[in-house]
Amino acid sequence: MTQSPIKWRPSASLQALQARAALYARIRAFFAEAGVLEVETPILSRAAVTDPALASLATRLAIPGLGDEHRMYLRTSPEFAMKRLLAAGSGPIYQIGKVFRDEERGRFHHPEFSLLEWYRPGWDEKRLMDEVAALVRYVLDRPDLACERISYRALFQERLGLDPWTTDITQLQATAEQAGIADSLRLDLDRDGWLDLLLSHLLAPDLGRGCLTFVYDYPPSQAALARLRKRDGIEVAARFELYLQGLELANGFNELTDAAEQERRFLADLEVRRARGQPCHPVDRCFLAALAHGLPDCAGVALGLDRLLMIALDVPSIDAVLSLVIERA
Amino acid sequence: MASYSTNEFKGGLKIMLDGEPYTILENEFVKPGKGQAFNRVRVRNLKTGRVIEKTFKSGDTVEAADVHDTEMQYLYNDGNDWYFMDQTTYEQMTASAEAVGEAAKWIKEQDICKVTLWNGAPLSVEPPTFVVLEVVETDPGVRGDTSSGGSKPATLETGAVVRVPLFIQTGELIKVDTRTGEYVARVKDSA
Repeated sequence: MTQSPIKWRPSASLQALQARAALYARIRAFFAEAGVLEVETPILSRAAVTDPALASLATRLAIPGLGDEHRMYLRTSPEFAMKRLLAAGSGPIYQIGKVFRDEERGRFHHPEFSLLEWYRPGWDEKRLMDEVAALVRYVLDRPDLACERISYRALFQERLGLDPWTTDITQLQATAEQAGIADSLRLDLDRDGWLDLLLSHLLAPDLGRGCLTFVYDYPPSQAALARLRKRDGIEVAARFELYLQGLELANGFNELTDAAEQERRFLADLEVRRARGQPCHPVDRCFLAALAHGLPDCAGVALGLDRLLMIALDVPSIDAVLSLVIERA
Repeated sequence: MASYSTNEFKGGLKIMLDGEPYTILENEFVKPGKGQAFNRVRVRNLKTGRVIEKTFKSGDTVEAADVHDTEMQYLYNDGNDWYFMDQTTYEQMTASAEAVGEAAKWIKEQDICKVTLWNGAPLSVEPPTFVVLEVVETDPGVRGDTSSGGSKPATLETGAVVRVPLFIQTGELIKVDTRTGEYVARVKDSA
């Protein structure tokens, strides 16, 4: 018997490697022109994200002066570190870097992936959406790519005939069942879980077909790190997402700057994690201290570069744009 | 009872759903960046062959189906049940006509088949990819016509009917691809 050969070869083609290099060069040219500073922040942190939808990877650190066995977490996003730079007066900044999310693997997911994240002090999320559109058009070299914006509420009202702010769980469940999401009656989900199911299974695949689609003003329960505000008499989270070719490509916020409110959200996240039996890691105290010192009003956004490359190269799987997938790492 | 978490889902995994054994054909991971993760799977019912879709919340677990494939020799059938023998233990097993299904068209005594067992009992039978069977009835073809594309039906010893070239005669042996039910070649020797 011959042994099965060791899979040492790259998962990406040479063309895909070159496309990534070209993409990064264009991003850097775009931000150099716009006067945004490129920064680098650590991948390792003593604190971890609290968001119950994200799972952190951890490692151990033993260095002279600190002693043995410090548990360190791999960032799921550079957000906390970049906001510390902003609070210290960095001005507009961007970063291209790897982030890590445990438990995520599929055609559009990989446990380590590349994000472009940037912050614009003094801007609101509307203005940032314009810049996201400009950047994507520039790096894809598609200056005529159309752009549309629809609020989260209008999206659900128009396409599913329900108001995501008021519809109860039973009705969300019935909608999923009627729409043919197989076996949805057996699922045990909370309200946001049902909204996520409807969005990811029924709505997202049609978004961004031939144009950039921004979805904005999210339910307050899905604010994450966005500030809340009133719009047309209802409370909304100043958060947006960009879809292109049915793929969720970017997530942006008008950033929450209130340290007390941020801490309250962290603790609420930890409550959810505890209730679900998920690990509760240390909260980022440095980040909270930076907010208390004062984060300038700003808007920030993170954009998935691997997915952007998938679209640029028209490939069906993230594996085709990664030099060596995790199974060969 | 063994179980699998959605993290273990992949093509070929055998799971129990609503009391029936299924095999996973495709597993798609669906997750909004800041939201609930799901596994959307296409599964085939191992009893009926029906393919359906299911959505699971990531992290959920499902019961494993005690299903595995084994090589068995077909012994005979008594018109009701089909008898097979395990090649290593010489243990005999009975399969229903339902479990044998389409394979009944192709298998002859002593053929080695792939028998899928569920909780130790035959669930389905897959015939050898190629079988050699005798033609028991076919119209006399035109002699010497060996190259033209014409074909005619021929009934085989197992009862199966396949299209064969015109030169094939009753009493001859032919090789058939059981995946497609198509004639492959004439076999000169019955070896």
